[in-house]
Amino acid sequence: MKRAFPIFGIVTTVLLGYGLREALVVAPTEQTMGEVQRIFYYHVSSAWTAGLLFCINFVASIAYLVRRKAKADALALASAEVGVVFCTIVLVTGPIWARPVWGIWWTWDMRLTLTLVLWLIYVSYLLLRRFSSSAQTPVIAAVLAIFGTLDIPLVYFSIWFLRTQHPQPVMGGGGSIDPRMLHAFLVNLVAFSCFGLLVCWARYRLEVLRQEVEEMQALESLLEARGSR
Amino acid sequence: MMGARGLTRATLLKDLRLEWRSKDATNAMLFFALLVVVIFSFSFDPTAEESRRIAGGLVWVAFLFASVVALNQTWARELRNQVLDAYRVSPAPPNSLFLAKVFGNFLFVIVLEALMTPLFVVFYNLHALGPAYLLLVVAALGTWALVVNGTFFAAISLRTRSREIMLPLLLFPISIPALLAMVEATSAILTGEFSAKFWIVLLVTYDLVFTMASLFLFELVLHAE
Repeated sequence: MKRAFPIFGIVTTVLLGYGLREALVVAPTEQTMGEVQRIFYYHVSSAWTAGLLFCINFVASIAYLVRRKAKADALALASAEVGVVFCTIVLVTGPIWARPVWGIWWTWDMRLTLTLVLWLIYVSYLLLRRFSSSAQTPVIAAVLAIFGTLDIPLVYFSIWFLRTQHPQPVMGGGGSIDPRMLHAFLVNLVAFSCFGLLVCWARYRLEVLRQEVEEMQALESLLEARGSR
Repeated sequence: MMGARGLTRATLLKDLRLEWRSKDATNAMLFFALLVVVIFSFSFDPTAEESRRIAGGLVWVAFLFASVVALNQTWARELRNQVLDAYRVSPAPPNSLFLAKVFGNFLFVIVLEALMTPLFVVFYNLHALGPAYLLLVVAALGTWALVVNGTFFAAISLRTRSREIMLPLLLFPISIPALLAMVEATSAILTGEFSAKFWIVLLVTYDLVFTMASLFLFELVLHAE
């Protein structure tokens, strides 16, 4: 298990390097959008990774409520933190692409709104964890994570209906995709998923260590109090 | 021994009596909502046509902010003299306590809405072009959505530092779909341009999902160690 982490790290680095070359050199330039389209390889991969991490957060939260293991809580915290980072990347790279292509930074399009709401929910989750520093934090955080997940389909339907009611300019569209582009995209998808999981893993190990240190300090102060008596 | 329903009723009556005597929440909410109405009204100064389109948003934002005032003091009251700890050790079912608090807050916010709506009508020159009776349905469903989650999150934010700030930070993001539904349904009824049916169905779903979730998870929050 100890050796798995550095091995995974090396694999991720290689994948990221390969993905970078595929996205910037090998994949052909898109005809209408030009070079700026290449941000797509990172934008969509980050969105996917954020979604993956939020799923991990949900599963870990349920696991914590059922089993009450501190490690599940550490995983929930790590995945939410890293997920918010990736979600932020999505929200930042999106407008960078949208400005030259759509001519606007932001629109209340379905996916944009959904990502923003998702980001808001998980930032409030992290804020709750930050503002609460007691032993009850894991329970209330897990409960909030469940509420957040329940909210996502409702957000989805509300925006879907709002947007079909007030029509928006049609963006993107079908058409065939160059196989080299698809390849670059898939490589980056895998690379970013690995990268996200790697950072989450590192953060998880840190959190578990922090829990152990805290436990030890509590134990020490207990023993000290007994010794001085 | 008192049954679960009796406990709910006793807690609710106690809260109502306390509120009737002090009128703390009602006064604060009313004045707060009044300020929002006045400030919005003179900063936008809309025509009748415009105000029909934006009123849904203004009304619900005002009610949302005002209801946070009532929600914040739901549990804070029980902290004095360790009342909440007494609840925790008693064999009383946690959900009857939760429901009593939700009903109490629901009543406060509904009273607020009943008193504030005439003011909105006066300041914004409102008059519904769609079926106005549906506004009552939207108000009841929307208020329930705000209050059930608000009461739950108030119990959560009780466990944090600076809990008064924490409540809106938790409540607003989760309430986005409900707020959107309330605002859109109200606008739909006021302008009469499109049907509010989808939004009312969405509100009912939202209410059902989060009422169930709250009842299911409240015990965990109350007994969180």
